[in-house]
Amino acid sequence: MNKNNVLDRYYLDCRCMLLELAATLDRYDRAALPPRGVKPVDERLLRLGRAIAILSQASAQPDRTQRILQLLSDPDL
Amino acid sequence: MYYIQPHYHGISRTTQDYARMAQAGVVAVAEPSFWAGFDHQYAGSFIDYFRQISEFEPTRAAQYGIRHFCWIAVNPKESENLSLSREVMTAMPSFFDKPTVLGIGEIGLNKNTRNELVIFQEQLELAIKYRQLVLIHTPHLADKRKGTQLTLELLHNLHADPQRVWIDHVEEHTIKAVLDAGYWAGMTLYPTTKMSPSRAADMLEIYGSERLLVNSSADWGPSSPFTLQECAMEYRSRGHSEQELIDVFHNNPARFLGQSSKFDISPIGLSPEPIANSTSARP
Repeated sequence: MNKNNVLDRYYLDCRCMLLELAATLDRYDRAALPPRGVKPVDERLLRLGRAIAILSQASAQPDRTQRILQLLSDPDL
Repeated sequence: MYYIQPHYHGISRTTQDYARMAQAGVVAVAEPSFWAGFDHQYAGSFIDYFRQISEFEPTRAAQYGIRHFCWIAVNPKESENLSLSREVMTAMPSFFDKPTVLGIGEIGLNKNTRNELVIFQEQLELAIKYRQLVLIHTPHLADKRKGTQLTLELLHNLHADPQRVWIDHVEEHTIKAVLDAGYWAGMTLYPTTKMSPSRAADMLEIYGSERLLVNSSADWGPSSPFTLQECAMEYRSRGHSEQELIDVFHNNPARFLGQSSKFDISPIGLSPEPIANSTSARP
């Protein structure tokens, strides 16, 4: 596949996933606060934000997937 | 749980769909005229298509206890051909008296071209003249925002009764304008690429259920009639009551389509009192 073929085949899927991600973050913003005693800022949300930043970063290697999976991994080996 | 599937293209689906929809609580479907995947060449092809969805398809659905209604129209994608569209339109009024034809649809825009707008307006005028309900398709993807705006302007200029017009395929960037103008808005669910059940549930929570319809538009492309049930499950999982579900997935279609006297399925209200079971009812 050449680069155009990739977009031809996967653009609509990416558009859909992007909208799902946006809708989920909107849903989070609209949702009520958690019960007292629970931290309002969830670490998972911060990780998603860092992962989204990786998506838009240019890279010498096509390694966004690997970098995001490492970001979302337990840091303790 | 009972469902009315207000936008369903039965002619491109297998009979197994009807069996499974019946098992899943669907009591009625409404089938708009649409593009069959290729352009018809003759007015007679459209006429036969209208006969198929108004005469034959109801018998197929009835085998599974599902009521089948339909809409007739020159769909937006084929309305580029002005002479053919007008030839078909001269035959459309003869279908308005058929017992399952609810109105004119889906009409509207596909690529927002000048010819599409001309035939859209002429079909709207036909609907107003014959007092038919109207179902409007809005373009998908990049053309949707402009197409919706053009649609609202045309409806306003023709003084169409908003209560009798359903504008379909709304998304987050078009729903508010449609509802604010007083029209019914439809959200069309697809397994991939377009509106998802969870996004539809979001919009029900944001805008409320009044004048909102949910449909699956199952057709010959990648689609499924059961995205409707997926959306109901999503809505229920967020804590909404059974009555709220029935209002969205059964009663709202009954309210809109029931403006045609041919659509005789009434909204359902759940009894607030528990019904005694057979054991406790015995003396």
